[in-house]
Amino acid sequence: MFQVLCIFIPLLAALFMPFFFKKVSTIHTGWFVLVVPIFLVSYYALFIPTVSKGDSVIAQLDWIPSLGISFVSYLDGLSLLFSLLISGIGALVVLYSIFYLDRTKEQLHNFYIYLLMFMCAMLGVVQSDNMMTLYLFWELTSISSFLLIGYWNNRDKSRFGALKSMMITVAGGMMMLGGFVLLSIMGDTFSIRELISQAPELSTNDLFVVALVLILLGAFTKSAQFPFYIWLPDAMEAPTPVSAYLHSATMVKAGLYLVARFTPIFAVSEIWIWLVTGIGLLTLFWGSFFALKQRDLKGILAFSTVSQLGLIMSLLGVGAIAFHVDGAQETIFKYAAFAAIFHLINHATFKGSLFMIAGIVDHETGTRDIRKLGGLMSIMPVSFTVALIGSFSMAGLPPFNGFLSKEMFLTAVLSITEFDLFNFSTWGVLFPIIAWIASVFTFIYSFYFVFHTFTGKGKIDQLPHKPHEAPMGMLVSPVILAGLVVALFFIPNMIADTFIKPAVMAVQPFLYSSPDQIDIHVAAWHGHITTELKMTAGIIVLGLALFLTLSRWQKIYSLFPSKLTLNNLYDFIIYDLFDRWAGRLSGLYMTGSIRRYLSYMLGSISIIVIATLFMQDAFRMNFDGASPIRIYQVILIIVLVIGTITTVFAKSRITSIVALGLVGYTVSLFFIMFNAPDLALTQLVIETISVALFLLAFYHLPKLKKEKERTQFRFGRAFVSIAVGAMVTLVALSAHSQKLIPSISEYYKETVYSLAGGGNIVNVILVDYRGFDTLFEIAVLSIAGIAIFGMIKLRLSKKGEKL
Amino acid sequence: MKTNDVIIQFTAKIVFFMIFFYAVHIFFAGHYTPGGGFVGGLVTASAIVLLIVAFDLKTVQTILPINYIYMVAIGLILALGTAAISMFTGKPFFTHFFDYFNLPILGKTSLHTAALFDLGVYLVVVGVTMTIIQTIGEDE
Repeated sequence: MFQVLCIFIPLLAALFMPFFFKKVSTIHTGWFVLVVPIFLVSYYALFIPTVSKGDSVIAQLDWIPSLGISFVSYLDGLSLLFSLLISGIGALVVLYSIFYLDRTKEQLHNFYIYLLMFMCAMLGVVQSDNMMTLYLFWELTSISSFLLIGYWNNRDKSRFGALKSMMITVAGGMMMLGGFVLLSIMGDTFSIRELISQAPELSTNDLFVVALVLILLGAFTKSAQFPFYIWLPDAMEAPTPVSAYLHSATMVKAGLYLVARFTPIFAVSEIWIWLVTGIGLLTLFWGSFFALKQRDLKGILAFSTVSQLGLIMSLLGVGAIAFHVDGAQETIFKYAAFAAIFHLINHATFKGSLFMIAGIVDHETGTRDIRKLGGLMSIMPVSFTVALIGSFSMAGLPPFNGFLSKEMFLTAVLSITEFDLFNFSTWGVLFPIIAWIASVFTFIYSFYFVFHTFTGKGKIDQLPHKPHEAPMGMLVSPVILAGLVVALFFIPNMIADTFIKPAVMAVQPFLYSSPDQIDIHVAAWHGHITTELKMTAGIIVLGLALFLTLSRWQKIYSLFPSKLTLNNLYDFIIYDLFDRWAGRLSGLYMTGSIRRYLSYMLGSISIIVIATLFMQDAFRMNFDGASPIRIYQVILIIVLVIGTITTVFAKSRITSIVALGLVGYTVSLFFIMFNAPDLALTQLVIETISVALFLLAFYHLPKLKKEKERTQFRFGRAFVSIAVGAMVTLVALSAHSQKLIPSISEYYKETVYSLAGGGNIVNVILVDYRGFDTLFEIAVLSIAGIAIFGMIKLRLSKKGEKL
Repeated sequence: MKTNDVIIQFTAKIVFFMIFFYAVHIFFAGHYTPGGGFVGGLVTASAIVLLIVAFDLKTVQTILPINYIYMVAIGLILALGTAAISMFTGKPFFTHFFDYFNLPILGKTSLHTAALFDLGVYLVVVGVTMTIIQTIGEDE
């Protein structure tokens, strides 16, 4: 129970942040937020001993039991590792943000509410065993990412980036939901664990491949795989702590998590292996190649993230091959899943620190344009050191953790060539070549990032701010991460035993019964010169050569046609297809005239109802048991008709309002006559208030000009009015004339006292039997009230200034 | 255009309380006889509207310095909170509880969580109605 509630702790804490921001304004709100991830990281650390033995801990809280939807916190190796990353990096990012965001200038409460919302969503994604709640949290990460990217919402680029990320990831999320629904139809359960246990039967289903592709679309959009990666560079408009947290360490890895989690179900499929490996490698190459085109520090990191995500994705794809082979080959492919998890941890550490450094450089110099930067090494020695460690690790150099996982990656892609199923023997040879070229580019952009910022001729006096080293507090987080980068190189096997092997077990559950059986030993030096080591040497040599001549060949990027980019495709779809064309179509009928909208709504509903009534042959007229019409009823009806006609044809507004009031009061008299005191009372009061409201509203309108000519007779409006009248009459007559099903009022009569403890059925329906309706009604009412308040109080004058 | 409507102002002062207490009455009576939070709220709002008609918006705002937007929020929270109470006891959302108590003066009375929910409805109705009337009325 508490385990499940822990997912929601960030969300609960978020409720108090506006209070802290407004009332305790002398202390940076971030300090209060920091408590949450620190608590979570220590809470999840308690699970390490259990989980590293290969056990899992599960807790469940029912949400909609009748549909089988529940909140499940399922902690196995994979989800615990992610939970620790989310809360651990979260703590560092919050600490960093305290110094990055100014207490007095920024809307901190908004920022931290979004951040905590994201933390909750992300924990939910990785811990949910129920696919429906997984989807719920998944979309919540998209929404909080949208809000965080658009945090500086007065900037056009921020809003553009936010919308772009939202469009792409939510579209993918919808696809994924489709995949989940298909899976749940096949397996008759929402639980991922149960689906895994019936994996062999699932693969024979016709819908299997469809579900596979849909789920992969969700994963690829979220993890910025080709061709969906285009949202990630634009997401760099977010404040840097957000980029470090969401767009490198956690959220973009949700797609990797999903692929890892579903590997046991889908690995039997050839399509899965091809798609995950192929798209992964393509993304790896594409991202690393175009990283060198970027001028923005964060842009370089964004493309590098895209490429590294592709690397991990391809490793997961290769890892899936382990389900198809036996014996000696099996161990090689087991390597891939291990390397994927290992690189995932490494990437979080080095990329997190690099993002933070990019933020520091931006913060202290006022620019992120790499052409303006240079020579900062002597001014910012600590930042330089951290950047150097991070970049070297990214480039795959010893003695940093990136070297180890890069070596394992090379091992994995080399092994593909030995795999002779699914046409890999012919095309597989391409894989190590692509991987090697991509690694060369990775090497170059890592150097490009660090050396073009910190060394070379500095034009320091031309920078927007006079640069100096960042404050201590801001450096703490990147230094801790850089420390981990080095530490992981020296103690990889301890990390492997504690975190990686249990996580690998979750990815390849059929191959092992306990994490001890995974006999992989990470080592920097294998005792002899391996092919991988030769490849790394090649990367360094060629990389260095290309890096030194970078200024000569960087121009080739301008040779690419600037029209034919994926970004233009996105713009075309969103702005031309949707905004312009669809907008023009909508403009034809959305004229802004309320009168016209009412005609659409009322006209279409009456046509639909009347047509259904006659097509289904449901119209009946039967006056059995009807009471005789009395003379005063006839009089009231005459009054009603006169009132209605007066309302429509009155020359002055006051007359119209009074006549409308007359109609309303007469209707309430009818209610009294038919023994409906509740309705009569409500109708009376509503009439009173709406008359007062009309008078108030009309007070502001310009004087109605006396229209000389007769009110034009409009056929369309007359038709709609008559149709609505006819519909109501026909439905009322039919409803009275046939009793197909027994009325529910008997049930109410029997239970109103015994079950609901009341006497007035009408009111008990409102507050008890159909309380949900009332709850939603008052919610709608409140929204309407606040909307009117907002429309009138907060409207802008013509010049765009606030009144 | 400010007129001094002595008669309507004097009457409104008295009638306001009559309407208001009637509203309170039908609010509580709602569970057994006609009435309830929705109507009660509307009646209360109409009492305030009467004051506004008799005096003017500014005067009424000084008499009843209530931020109706807050009232809406409190009402919604109350309604939602009441509906959520049952979840803490393991029952489904929106389960109501009631029992009969012997209260001093009132004698045997049934106390019902539905009344709390209805109070939320009442506050929302008064709040929204008055928000709308006030914002439109104040707008120049």
